[in-house]
Amino acid sequence: MIFDIIIYLFLGIGVFFNVLAGVGLLRFPDVYTRLHAGTKCTTFGSIFIIGSVVLIGLKSWWFNNDTNGSVLAIHSAIALIAILLTNPVGAHAIARAAHKSGVMPAQAVIDELQEKPVEKIKQKKTKSKTTLNEEVEQ
Amino acid sequence: MIEFYNLYMIVLIALLLCIIMAIIRVIIGPTIPDRVVGVDTINTIVIVGMIVFGAAYNEVIYIDVAIVYALLSFISTLFIAKYLEGGEF
Repeated sequence: MIFDIIIYLFLGIGVFFNVLAGVGLLRFPDVYTRLHAGTKCTTFGSIFIIGSVVLIGLKSWWFNNDTNGSVLAIHSAIALIAILLTNPVGAHAIARAAHKSGVMPAQAVIDELQEKPVEKIKQKKTKSKTTLNEEVEQ
Repeated sequence: MIEFYNLYMIVLIALLLCIIMAIIRVIIGPTIPDRVVGVDTINTIVIVGMIVFGAAYNEVIYIDVAIVYALLSFISTLFIAKYLEGGEF
Protein backbone atom coordinates (compact mmCIF):
# COMPACT_ATOMS: atom_id res chain seq x y z
CA MET A 1 0.00 0.00 0.00
CA ILE A 2 2.69 2.48 1.02
CA PHE A 3 4.84 1.16 -1.82
CA ASP A 4 2.08 1.90 -4.32
CA ILE A 5 1.66 5.47 -3.08
CA ILE A 6 5.41 6.12 -3.26
CA ILE A 7 5.55 4.61 -6.79
CA TYR A 8 2.71 6.84 -8.03
CA LEU A 9 4.26 9.90 -6.39
CA PHE A 10 7.66 9.25 -8.00
CA LEU A 11 6.10 8.66 -11.42
CA GLY A 12 4.14 11.91 -11.15
CA ILE A 13 7.17 13.97 -10.13
CA GLY A 14 9.31 12.49 -12.91
CA VAL A 15 6.73 13.05 -15.65
CA PHE A 16 6.11 16.60 -14.43
CA PHE A 17 9.80 17.46 -14.66
CA ASN A 18 10.23 15.80 -18.07
CA VAL A 19 7.33 17.78 -19.51
CA LEU A 20 8.84 20.93 -17.98
CA ALA A 21 12.05 20.12 -19.86
CA GLY A 22 10.14 20.03 -23.15
CA VAL A 23 8.36 23.31 -22.45
CA GLY A 24 11.65 24.92 -21.50
CA LEU A 25 13.24 23.72 -24.73
CA LEU A 26 10.50 25.48 -26.66
CA ARG A 27 10.29 28.70 -24.63
CA PHE A 28 13.80 29.74 -23.66
CA PRO A 29 15.58 32.32 -25.85
CA ASP A 30 19.12 30.97 -26.00
CA VAL A 31 21.31 27.90 -26.46
CA TYR A 32 22.65 27.98 -22.89
CA THR A 33 19.29 28.42 -21.17
CA ARG A 34 17.85 25.68 -23.39
CA LEU A 35 20.74 23.52 -22.23
CA HIS A 36 19.73 24.19 -18.62
CA ALA A 37 16.16 23.10 -19.35
CA GLY A 38 16.99 20.16 -21.56
CA THR A 39 19.65 18.57 -19.38
CA LYS A 40 18.98 19.34 -15.73
CA CYS A 41 15.22 18.83 -15.78
CA THR A 42 15.57 15.62 -17.77
CA THR A 43 18.19 14.23 -15.39
CA PHE A 44 16.08 15.07 -12.32
CA GLY A 45 12.93 13.60 -13.83
CA SER A 46 14.65 10.42 -14.99
CA ILE A 47 16.03 9.90 -11.46
CA PHE A 48 12.46 9.77 -10.13
CA ILE A 49 10.99 7.64 -12.94
CA ILE A 50 13.79 5.05 -12.76
CA GLY A 51 13.55 5.15 -8.97
CA SER A 52 9.91 4.18 -9.23
CA VAL A 53 10.83 1.32 -11.59
CA VAL A 54 13.44 0.15 -9.05
CA LEU A 55 10.76 0.23 -6.34
CA ILE A 56 8.41 -1.83 -8.55
CA GLY A 57 11.11 -4.45 -9.05
CA LEU A 58 11.96 -4.56 -5.34
CA LYS A 59 8.25 -4.86 -4.50
CA SER A 60 7.64 -7.80 -6.82
CA TRP A 61 10.83 -9.43 -5.53
CA TRP A 62 10.01 -8.95 -1.85
CA PHE A 63 6.29 -9.73 -1.80
CA ASN A 64 5.87 -12.19 -4.70
CA ASN A 65 9.31 -13.92 -4.55
CA ASP A 66 9.82 -13.10 -8.24
CA THR A 67 13.51 -13.22 -9.17
CA ASN A 68 12.77 -11.32 -12.37
CA GLY A 69 12.00 -8.30 -10.19
CA SER A 70 15.47 -8.23 -8.66
CA VAL A 71 17.06 -8.28 -12.12
CA LEU A 72 14.73 -5.44 -13.15
CA ALA A 73 15.75 -3.36 -10.13
CA ILE A 74 19.49 -3.89 -10.48
CA HIS A 75 19.61 -3.24 -14.23
CA SER A 76 17.46 -0.11 -13.86
CA ALA A 77 19.89 1.15 -11.20
CA ILE A 78 22.81 0.53 -13.58
CA ALA A 79 21.02 2.49 -16.33
CA LEU A 80 20.40 5.32 -13.84
CA ILE A 81 24.10 5.40 -12.97
CA ALA A 82 24.95 5.55 -16.70
CA ILE A 83 22.57 8.50 -17.20
CA LEU A 84 23.92 10.31 -14.13
CA LEU A 85 27.51 9.90 -15.30
CA THR A 86 27.07 10.75 -18.98
CA ASN A 87 24.43 13.52 -19.06
CA PRO A 88 26.34 16.40 -17.36
CA VAL A 89 29.52 15.62 -19.30
CA GLY A 90 27.63 15.81 -22.58
CA ALA A 91 25.97 19.09 -21.57
CA HIS A 92 29.32 20.61 -20.64
CA ALA A 93 30.81 19.53 -23.97
CA ILE A 94 27.89 21.02 -25.93
CA ALA A 95 28.12 24.34 -24.06
CA ARG A 96 31.87 24.56 -24.62
CA ALA A 97 31.48 23.74 -28.32
CA ALA A 98 28.69 26.33 -28.70
CA HIS A 99 30.82 29.04 -27.11
CA LYS A 100 33.83 28.15 -29.22
CA SER A 101 31.80 28.06 -32.43
CA GLY A 102 30.71 31.65 -31.88
CA VAL A 103 27.18 31.48 -30.43
CA MET A 104 26.81 34.31 -27.92
CA PRO A 105 24.31 34.32 -25.03
CA ALA A 106 21.22 36.48 -25.67
CA GLN A 107 21.00 39.74 -23.66
CA ALA A 108 24.50 39.23 -22.27
CA VAL A 109 26.45 42.28 -21.14
CA ILE A 110 29.87 40.81 -20.40
CA ASP A 111 31.55 37.65 -21.64
CA GLU A 112 34.38 36.64 -19.35
CA LEU A 113 35.41 33.55 -21.25
CA GLN A 114 36.35 35.58 -24.31
CA GLU A 115 38.83 37.74 -22.40
CA LYS A 116 41.11 34.80 -21.73
CA PRO A 117 44.20 34.67 -23.94
CA VAL A 118 43.88 31.97 -26.53
CA GLU A 119 47.52 31.85 -27.56
CA LYS A 120 48.72 30.43 -24.24
CA ILE A 121 46.54 27.36 -24.66
CA LYS A 122 47.84 26.79 -28.19
CA GLN A 123 51.44 27.13 -27.02
CA LYS A 124 50.82 24.62 -24.25
CA LYS A 125 49.32 22.20 -26.74
CA THR A 126 52.28 22.43 -29.11
CA LYS A 127 54.74 22.18 -26.22
CA SER A 128 53.13 19.03 -24.92
CA LYS A 129 53.15 17.55 -28.42
CA THR A 130 56.85 18.30 -28.89
CA THR A 131 57.71 16.81 -25.49
CA LEU A 132 55.73 13.72 -26.38
CA ASN A 133 57.63 13.38 -29.65
CA GLU A 134 60.94 13.82 -27.84
CA GLU A 135 60.00 11.15 -25.36
CA VAL A 136 59.09 8.81 -28.17
CA GLU A 137 62.40 9.51 -29.94
CA GLN A 138 64.36 8.89 -26.76
CA MET B 1 1.50 -6.26 -13.20
CA ILE B 2 -1.73 -5.95 -15.20
CA GLU B 3 -3.11 -3.12 -13.09
CA PHE B 4 -0.12 -0.98 -14.00
CA TYR B 5 -0.76 -1.02 -17.76
CA ASN B 6 -2.96 2.08 -17.95
CA LEU B 7 -0.65 4.05 -15.66
CA TYR B 8 2.33 3.19 -17.83
CA MET B 9 0.45 4.20 -20.96
CA ILE B 10 -0.22 7.64 -19.41
CA VAL B 11 3.46 8.02 -18.52
CA LEU B 12 4.56 6.98 -22.02
CA ILE B 13 2.14 9.40 -23.69
CA ALA B 14 3.50 12.27 -21.56
CA LEU B 15 7.06 11.31 -22.54
CA LEU B 16 5.95 11.20 -26.20
CA LEU B 17 4.61 14.75 -25.83
CA CYS B 18 8.01 15.85 -24.50
CA ILE B 19 9.77 14.13 -27.42
CA ILE B 20 7.49 15.95 -29.87
CA MET B 21 8.37 19.32 -28.30
CA ALA B 22 12.07 18.49 -28.58
CA ILE B 23 11.59 17.49 -32.24
CA ILE B 24 9.99 20.89 -32.93
CA ARG B 25 13.09 22.51 -31.42
CA VAL B 26 15.32 20.33 -33.61
CA ILE B 27 13.40 21.41 -36.72
CA ILE B 28 13.17 25.16 -36.05
CA GLY B 29 16.45 25.62 -34.16
CA PRO B 30 18.26 28.71 -35.47
CA THR B 31 21.78 27.42 -34.86
CA ILE B 32 23.44 24.01 -34.88
CA PRO B 33 24.02 23.75 -31.07
CA ASP B 34 20.25 24.20 -30.58
CA ARG B 35 19.64 21.09 -32.65
CA VAL B 36 22.32 19.17 -30.74
CA VAL B 37 20.65 20.11 -27.44
CA GLY B 38 17.32 18.83 -28.79
CA VAL B 39 18.84 15.54 -29.91
CA ASP B 40 20.50 15.08 -26.51
CA THR B 41 17.18 15.63 -24.73
CA ILE B 42 15.46 13.14 -27.07
CA ASN B 43 18.12 10.54 -26.26
CA THR B 44 17.61 10.83 -22.50
CA ILE B 45 13.82 10.65 -22.79
CA VAL B 46 14.04 7.61 -25.07
CA ILE B 47 16.20 5.86 -22.43
CA VAL B 48 13.60 6.58 -19.74
CA GLY B 49 10.80 5.42 -22.02
CA MET B 50 12.60 2.15 -22.74
CA ILE B 51 12.95 1.49 -19.00
CA VAL B 52 9.28 2.24 -18.34
CA PHE B 53 8.33 -0.05 -21.25
CA GLY B 54 10.46 -2.85 -19.82
CA ALA B 55 8.82 -2.43 -16.42
CA ALA B 56 5.34 -2.43 -17.97
CA TYR B 57 5.82 -5.71 -19.83
CA ASN B 58 8.15 -7.22 -17.18
CA GLU B 59 10.92 -7.80 -19.73
CA VAL B 60 14.53 -7.20 -18.68
CA ILE B 61 15.98 -7.14 -22.18
CA TYR B 62 14.59 -3.64 -22.89
CA ILE B 63 16.56 -2.27 -19.93
CA ASP B 64 19.79 -3.80 -21.21
CA VAL B 65 19.12 -2.12 -24.55
CA ALA B 66 18.60 1.15 -22.67
CA ILE B 67 22.01 0.89 -20.96
CA VAL B 68 23.80 0.38 -24.29
CA TYR B 69 21.77 3.20 -25.88
CA ALA B 70 22.80 5.57 -23.06
CA LEU B 71 26.51 4.89 -23.54
CA LEU B 72 26.34 5.12 -27.37
CA SER B 73 24.36 8.38 -27.31
CA PHE B 74 26.93 9.84 -24.90
CA ILE B 75 29.75 8.97 -27.31
CA SER B 76 27.86 10.45 -30.28
CA THR B 77 27.15 13.68 -28.37
CA LEU B 78 30.82 14.06 -27.46
CA PHE B 79 31.79 13.43 -31.09
CA ILE B 80 29.39 16.11 -32.41
CA ALA B 81 30.62 18.58 -29.77
CA LYS B 82 34.22 17.93 -30.74
CA TYR B 83 33.33 18.48 -34.39
CA LEU B 84 31.58 21.79 -33.65
CA GLU B 85 34.53 22.93 -31.60
CA GLY B 86 36.83 22.41 -34.58
CA GLY B 87 39.39 20.44 -32.64
CA GLU B 88 41.75 17.71 -33.65
CA PHE B 89 40.74 14.10 -33.31
